[in-house]
Amino acid sequence: MVRMRQQPLASRGPGALAVIGAAVLHGIAHTGRATLMLLDALRWLVRGRLEVRQTILQMNRIGVDSVPIVLVTGAFTGMTLAHHTVRQFIDFGAQVFIGGLVTLSMAREAGPVFTAITVAGRVGAGMAAEIGAMAVTEQIDALRVLATDPVRYLVLPRLLAAALALPLLTMFANLVGGIGGFAIATAYGVTEGTFMASVQRFLVPYDLIAGLVKAFFFGVIIAAVGCYRGLHAEGGADGVGRGATGAVVTSLVLILVCNYFLNLLFF
Amino acid sequence: MTARSAPAPPDAPTGDVPETVVVVSDLWKRFGETVALAGVSLVVRRGEIQVIMGPSGCGKSVLLKHLVGLLRPDRGEVLVFGQPVHTLAVPDLDALRIRIGVVFQSAALFDSLSVAENVAFPLRRHTSLPEAEIAAGVRDMLAVVEMDGTGALMPAALSGGMRKRVGIARALALRPSLILYDEPTAGLDPLTGRTVDDLILRLRREMGVTSVVVTHDLVSAFLLADHLGVMDAGQLIAAGRPDEILASPHPFVQRFLATRTMEVART
Repeated sequence: MVRMRQQPLASRGPGALAVIGAAVLHGIAHTGRATLMLLDALRWLVRGRLEVRQTILQMNRIGVDSVPIVLVTGAFTGMTLAHHTVRQFIDFGAQVFIGGLVTLSMAREAGPVFTAITVAGRVGAGMAAEIGAMAVTEQIDALRVLATDPVRYLVLPRLLAAALALPLLTMFANLVGGIGGFAIATAYGVTEGTFMASVQRFLVPYDLIAGLVKAFFFGVIIAAVGCYRGLHAEGGADGVGRGATGAVVTSLVLILVCNYFLNLLFF
Repeated sequence: MTARSAPAPPDAPTGDVPETVVVVSDLWKRFGETVALAGVSLVVRRGEIQVIMGPSGCGKSVLLKHLVGLLRPDRGEVLVFGQPVHTLAVPDLDALRIRIGVVFQSAALFDSLSVAENVAFPLRRHTSLPEAEIAAGVRDMLAVVEMDGTGALMPAALSGGMRKRVGIARALALRPSLILYDEPTAGLDPLTGRTVDDLILRLRREMGVTSVVVTHDLVSAFLLADHLGVMDAGQLIAAGRPDEILASPHPFVQRFLATRTMEVART
C-alpha cells in the first residue's frame, strides 16, 4: 500500500482565506483604477475638451454599425415574447393584455438588456482588443509623449458614443420588437385593434424613458470596461485576447447586476 | 489643444536650449522586488549624442522613460531643459514633452492612421497650422527620413526599417530640441540599421538636436556616441567618451564588449 506523505505546512499553497483576500484586494484595486479613469474622462467632459472627430467615428462604429444586428435581435426578441404569451393568453381569453405585455417587456427589460448584451459582444470586445493592441505596442506611450492624454483621446469619445448610441439602438430594438410581436400575435388571430388598444392602455412614456435611461448606463458600462481592459492589457497578443474576453464577461455581469438595481430604482 | 506657432525650418537653431539638456541625479526605481534603476546619474549636454548601452533588462529603457515622464522615480531627480520632469504637473509635463521627440523600439505608429496622418498627428494637435502647411510639413519630414511618397500607406504595409524611419519623422514633426531613441536599430538587418544610424547622425549635424540613444547594438553605439554609458543591473557602471569606454578596466564592460565583438565577428 502506498502511503501518502503529508506535505509540510510551509510548502502548501496559500490558504483559502489568503486566496479570497487577494481576489478581493485585486477587485478593489481594479474598481479604484476604473473609477479614476471615469473621473478623468468626466473632468475632460466638464472642461469641454472633446475629441469631436473621434467621437463621431466611434458613434459610427458603435451605433450605426450595430443597427443591423440590433434590428435582428430586437425583432426576434419581440417575436419570442409574443410566441410565449399569445397562446396562453388566448386560452385564458386575455387577448387584451398581449400587446401591452409584449411592448412593456421590450421597453422595460428586453430592449435595453438584449441590446446591451449584443453591443457588449460586438463592440466591447473590439474596444478592449483595439486599445489593448495599442497598449502592448507602445502606442499609448506614444500618445502620452505626443502630449495627448489617452483618456481624452481614446476613452472619452468611446464613452460618449456608447452612452448616446445605446439608447438610440434600444429605441430601434423596441420598435422592431413591437412590430415582431404584433406580427406573431396577429398570426395567432389577435386582431390589430386589440393589440394596439392593449399597447395604448399599458405602455406609458415612463416605461420607455426608464428603459432608455437604463440603456444609457449600459452604454457607459460597455465602453468603460472595454477601454479599461484595453488600457491595462499586458503581455502581447495573449494579454490582448484575455483583455477582450474579460471585457465581455465583466460587461455582461455588470449589465445584469446594474439592471437589477436600476429596476429597483425605476419600477 | 495647445496653440503653437509654426515650426521652425529644419536647419533652424535649437532656440533657448540650456547648455545642459538632461541631468539625472541618483535615480532609483523599483518594480515589486525588482530594482530597475539603482542610483543612476547622468548629464547630457546640448548637441551631443549620449548613448546608453547594456544588456536586455539592465534598466536602460526604464531610464529613457523617466526622461519623458512616462515613469516617476522612487527617488532621485530628472531635469530636462532645467525642468524637474519627476515633479511636473500634467499640463507642464505636456508642454515639456512637445519639445522632446521619442522614437520607440517598435516605432509605435498608430495602426489606424496612415503614414502621413501619423506624421501630421503632433502638428494637428499642437499647432494651428492650416492643412496645406501641415501637408507640406509632412512631405518635408518624410523627405528628411527618405520616405517620400509613402504618405498614403498604412503602417502595416511597411517594413521594420521603414516603420522606424516614419517613427523618426513623427518625432521630428514639432522640431524637438531633444530626441530620445529606444533601440533604434533593434530588429533591423545590419544594412538597414546603419541607414538609421546615418539618419541619427545627419539629424544632429543638420538640425543640431541633442540625442539620447539606448541600444545594445555595439556597432551602432560606437558609431553614434559622443559619450557612452554602460548599464548593468540598474547601475551606470561606466561612462565616458567611446575611447575611454574601450579602455575601461571594469570587468563587466570588458565582458560585454568582448561578447558583442565575438557576435559581430561570427556574423
